[in-house]
Amino acid sequence: MSRAIEETQKMIDEVLDVYPEKTRKDRAKHVKPNDPTGSCANCQVKANVKSRPGVMTVRGCAYAGAKGVVWGPVKDQITISHGPIGCGQYSWWSRRNYYNGQTGIDTFGTMHITTDFQEKDIVYGGDKNLDAALDELKELFPLANGIGILSECPVGLIGDDIEAVAKKKSKEFNGMPIVPCRCEGFRGVSQSLGHHIANDNIKDYVLGKGTLEKQTPYDVALIGDYNIGGDAWASRKILEEMGLRVIAQYTGDASVNEIGIAHKAKLNLIHCYRSMNYICRHMEEEYGTPWTEFNFFGPTKIYESIRKIASYFDDSIKEKAEAVIAKYRPKMDEIIAHFRPRLEGKKVMLYVGGLRPRHTIGAYEDLGMEIVASGYEFAHNDDYKRTYPEMKEGALIMDDATEYELEEFTHRVRPDLVGAGIKEKYTYHKLGVPFRQMHSWDYSGPYHGFDGFAVFARDMDATINSPTWNLIRRKKSA
Amino acid sequence: MIPLTIKDHSKLFREPEYLDQFERKRAFENCPSREEVERIAEWTKTEEYRDKNFARSHIKINPAKACQPLGALYCALGFENTLPFCQGAQGCIAYFRSHLNRHFKEPVQAVSSSMTEDAAVFGGMNNMTEGLENAYALYKPKMMAIFTSCIAEVIGDDLNAYTKAAREKGVVPGDLLMPYANTPSFVGSHITGYDNMMKGILSHLTAGKSGEPNGKTNVIMGFDPYIGDYREIKRMLSLMDIKYTVLSDVSDSLDAPNTGEAKLYRGLTTIEETKDAINAAATVVLQKYSTLKTVEYMKKDWNQKFLVKQPIGIRNTDEFLSGLSQITGKAIPQALEDERGRVVDAMIDSHPYVHGKRFALVGDPDLLMGMVSILLELGGEPVHIVCTNGDKTFAEDMEALLASSPFGASGKVYINRDMWHLRSLMFTDPVDLLIGNSYAKFLWRDTKTPLIRFGFPLFDRHHLHRYPIIGYQGALNIVTTIVNTILDELDRSTIETTSFDVIR
Repeated sequence: MSRAIEETQKMIDEVLDVYPEKTRKDRAKHVKPNDPTGSCANCQVKANVKSRPGVMTVRGCAYAGAKGVVWGPVKDQITISHGPIGCGQYSWWSRRNYYNGQTGIDTFGTMHITTDFQEKDIVYGGDKNLDAALDELKELFPLANGIGILSECPVGLIGDDIEAVAKKKSKEFNGMPIVPCRCEGFRGVSQSLGHHIANDNIKDYVLGKGTLEKQTPYDVALIGDYNIGGDAWASRKILEEMGLRVIAQYTGDASVNEIGIAHKAKLNLIHCYRSMNYICRHMEEEYGTPWTEFNFFGPTKIYESIRKIASYFDDSIKEKAEAVIAKYRPKMDEIIAHFRPRLEGKKVMLYVGGLRPRHTIGAYEDLGMEIVASGYEFAHNDDYKRTYPEMKEGALIMDDATEYELEEFTHRVRPDLVGAGIKEKYTYHKLGVPFRQMHSWDYSGPYHGFDGFAVFARDMDATINSPTWNLIRRKKSA
Repeated sequence: MIPLTIKDHSKLFREPEYLDQFERKRAFENCPSREEVERIAEWTKTEEYRDKNFARSHIKINPAKACQPLGALYCALGFENTLPFCQGAQGCIAYFRSHLNRHFKEPVQAVSSSMTEDAAVFGGMNNMTEGLENAYALYKPKMMAIFTSCIAEVIGDDLNAYTKAAREKGVVPGDLLMPYANTPSFVGSHITGYDNMMKGILSHLTAGKSGEPNGKTNVIMGFDPYIGDYREIKRMLSLMDIKYTVLSDVSDSLDAPNTGEAKLYRGLTTIEETKDAINAAATVVLQKYSTLKTVEYMKKDWNQKFLVKQPIGIRNTDEFLSGLSQITGKAIPQALEDERGRVVDAMIDSHPYVHGKRFALVGDPDLLMGMVSILLELGGEPVHIVCTNGDKTFAEDMEALLASSPFGASGKVYINRDMWHLRSLMFTDPVDLLIGNSYAKFLWRDTKTPLIRFGFPLFDRHHLHRYPIIGYQGALNIVTTIVNTILDELDRSTIETTSFDVIR
């Protein structure tokens, strides 16, 4: 064990010491010093298991994964929050999955549609009500191309048969996809199971049912990009300039039709591996559609990814790929020249969902910044395996960190910038530590692609170098 | 160095290369023609569509309410060293916290017992026991305010038995306070949850504490998302020389000074004050519909004077202050009378712009009562009043209020309706202005009716919650916001004309 690893382990032990014994032992498996080689047996992070009660986990639930990530962004589907009022209210219009369309007419992404369970629904069941609700929606929104029924906790507990209702109504509505999604919040350990369940829905209810007039040798599908602040559009721009034809986006700015045709691509390109690897694997097994991971955060990773993607195609694409890189490199160099001197050497701590804790590292490094700690809310083992080599030896890796741990590690690691979510944001503002939301891009974006990197660099600079932090008058510690 | 031009989403996606991309993408979307979309869009503005829309009874579309446990959490945040603890699945707490974060732009700390499938089968006792143990070890509260979300309610967890068992097991200290409230999301709304938690905390902490009268006045704000209101009521009470206890004082919890430290607990109502609240001379309650059960309980068990009156607008504030004066025996000071005079003067100055303007309103029942009453005082005309979480009593109260003024003649109140209903109303019977929360901005987009932001949540404008809407000071803020929204709109709509005046 190297010294860097030992020192980090010591820090971890100190922080976890406050927990009751059982919880301490559990948490110790989830917080580790990084070993980039992956050979240190004791440095493997345990992942995707239940959070301990009462610790203030940052995690959400399966519903959040299904609604907020996979199904919510599908724009021409009516997504029903099936159950009591809260879940739909709190997840309403908040993920910034941009889409083109007239909301309420041909698209429904930023609407909150719910069966609003009352006590009688709990007692007598909600199926009858759901059946009638679907009729009402069909009448009021004739241009909807699908309906998603996203179950909240009570639905699974009272034994409703939403599958039967969905089947019946789909028949009545001339085969319109009506997707019963069993994403009750008590299922699984985090948002992650919701992604998986929603991926299975795609397989069972939508995939293979779309129309695509003709296929070309250059067809790709953009998978695992939720178009936050327009991310997918910035990514699509690069792919199209490479000569590829993007036949489907999963699921940012997606239409139901696109969800139904992705298997016809020559290659599936997956950005958020965590939330959509399931459907890629399925398309590979069932239709022989190959898939590859890529990273469009920051020029280094973008160039690398462009070449990797091009390698699956003929020379015409490879040439265009080089032309794209040559076209954008001067602009990227200019951005780096402008911002790097202002950000060089700054230490960053990340705590995000299932992809960005590793995928944004390159973008920070392009700006001369160093990731000293990174963690995931809902990653699995395969995500950590992909993370170790991206980080320095002895860097801190956290799985399902608690608010207590995040604050304690911040005091010890002393980052210049923290990137996490809305629940963490204002604690860091109070601590006087520069902070950016890395789920919603803090209402900015896009961050993907060449256009996105410029915004990313601007935003990190704006926050780290804001004069407002210097106005804080710290209380003298006693 | 030539400054870099960096375009973010607000400008980038209006560039021709992106517009072309969007056009190309349509080929894969199997979308209806633009003409068809336009046809349907026009149809949704018709009376025929409105009637279909109002015939619906099984689905809510853009409703204006949240669920009980959110209100319970909010209530708990106002007490000293209190950790809100939700017996339920962990996603609920994540949602409540982020919802409050987005409105207040402040940290909100609360825990859940992370109930999962096994708890659904075996009950949530183990989750609660371990949850209490962990939460206490990490966050050392004096009080855990326990409430529930759906799973615990549906499977019927027994909070009383579980907290008792946890104490007996010794996982938390014997003197840890653990008041609780059942707050099922399928009953009522966030205002009901606030009420239940308040009742839970007060009944638990004051049990057996009845003793020497302390001569103080208790204040209960109700589910009031304006931190400025907490400061305003305290200022008013101080001006009147009334000794008070605000029960659940969140003014620091959700608007704390930045001193470079992240203090976990900032609730200002001390445990001792809360226990002693039963011995106060009087209790004043500033909202009605978010405190029904609490008031019922207090009136039954607490032997003191009560005043339930919301001080939004001039006459409401007048009545509030005279009621307060009556139950406390303290006079209304000249300073408040002067404030009144200044606000009335401001209202007279601004009246031409508001007089006869037609308003649509959506929000919580208490807020709506206040907003309608100040509009009537200004000569504005409330027309469509939508209250998703209002009940029949509220509807009757509102009708009586409308009937009290000629300006209320065209007002109609809709309970258990949502903002999609309001959309139909605004298309078939247009109004000049809309009052609502941030989500109501889709109505602004669709109907082009300017939105004046009042209520909860307010996500898309900063710091509004830091300014009071109660009392004379609050009335001034409301009037200023309304009239300046009208003037902004007037400027926008006349920018190319001779009416673009410099003096308004």
